[in-house]
Amino acid sequence: MLSTDFSLSDLQFMLAGAWVSLQLTLWAMLIGTLSGAVFGLVRAVYPRASAPLGWLLDVFRCVPLLIQFVLFNSFNSIAGINWTAFAIGCLVLGIYCASYCTEVIRGGVLAVPPNVVRAARSLGLNYFQTLRFIIMPMAARVSFPGWINLTLGVVKDTSLVLWIGIMELLRASQSIVTRIQEPILVLSIAGLMYYIMSWGIARIGQRVEKGWQEND
Amino acid sequence: MDFDYSFRWLAAFKALPDMLLGTWVTLQTTVLSMVFGVLIALALTAMQTARQAPLRHFANAWVSVARNTPALFQIYMLYFGLGAFDIHLSSAFALLAGITFNNAGYLTENFRGGLKAIPHTQVRAARSLGMSAFQAYRLIVVPQLLRIVFYPMTNQMVWAMLMTSLGVVVGLNNDLTGVTQAYNVLTFRTFEFFAIAAVIYYLLAKGIMVGARLLAWRLFRY
Repeated sequence: MLSTDFSLSDLQFMLAGAWVSLQLTLWAMLIGTLSGAVFGLVRAVYPRASAPLGWLLDVFRCVPLLIQFVLFNSFNSIAGINWTAFAIGCLVLGIYCASYCTEVIRGGVLAVPPNVVRAARSLGLNYFQTLRFIIMPMAARVSFPGWINLTLGVVKDTSLVLWIGIMELLRASQSIVTRIQEPILVLSIAGLMYYIMSWGIARIGQRVEKGWQEND
Repeated sequence: MDFDYSFRWLAAFKALPDMLLGTWVTLQTTVLSMVFGVLIALALTAMQTARQAPLRHFANAWVSVARNTPALFQIYMLYFGLGAFDIHLSSAFALLAGITFNNAGYLTENFRGGLKAIPHTQVRAARSLGMSAFQAYRLIVVPQLLRIVFYPMTNQMVWAMLMTSLGVVVGLNNDLTGVTQAYNVLTFRTFEFFAIAAVIYYLLAKGIMVGARLLAWRLFRY
């Protein structure tokens, strides 16, 4: 009853899948944070002029990620761009992240009190200095918990890329299940790996947040 | 980059009636998962404040598993995992149960935050008026709680609606994504069909938001 066909190489296979999931998360967060920071700043500073950008980004939050993957993947073959599935996965997740990150950072920028900005300007800082030394550090602190939450969401959303044929953690575990027919065991291990990844990121987030608040 | 693909939108639009039927299934799944999710979340919220440790641990374990693993994993666990105990769920039921499990976890976290806004003295006042603990929770705490967490609940409903698209991965073929995938397999017009599905999902999400806003306007006038 308690004997199992789950071998060490299966575990290695799943760990490789987990590594793919983490890589996807890293790339998506990199793309999402960089573009989200720019978009978020623009959305906060010019709310009227950037409204179309807001509508566009809203679309990515209102369409299931699975369908976004399928659409980009088929567009990839239609237009003959010939990117790998992994690149498509990173791109779609990156845009998805950017749309959420924009909101997170916009909220952070709007949370900076206008009087602080006025005080900075009256001390002789120019517009870009104010942005660099006053607004960005304060907005970063406010946005950080939201950003960590977004990262945690993305770790879980990477599981959807199995639909376009990437061997990530969940798909790796499914192909092992197909061979050894022990779904509970294999899926539990996969779940544990996701749990540990999320837990680790949340833990790092708490640590960083605490460090930033030490001077308050 | 060579572009030699002719779009066949007209052929894709012929599938629209079937896709709208699928949309109805999607909407039903969403509403059911929200209703059960809210009920379970209310129970879990009460359990988190319970004096008995096993109840607290159960509720906390539910919340942390639901929030720290992918929704797709949860559906897999129900669909493939329970097969090991000879419990074979249909893909529709596995999808509904998976999303409900996920919803309940996230909503409990919202409710826990909302509960802090309700002064505990109110419960004591209700108890001293002769209400039982259950009555106090149902008649005093829950109505105020649902008002406080109304907007987070709206967001959760949109997410639940988006999550229903995962049913296709476990072989569901009658919700919006399932119908779309069935047509896709028949015709290989992937882009056209999924673009139409994306538009429908977008309109559904907007519909939920507008509906919630109207409901809030109607409910929270005083």
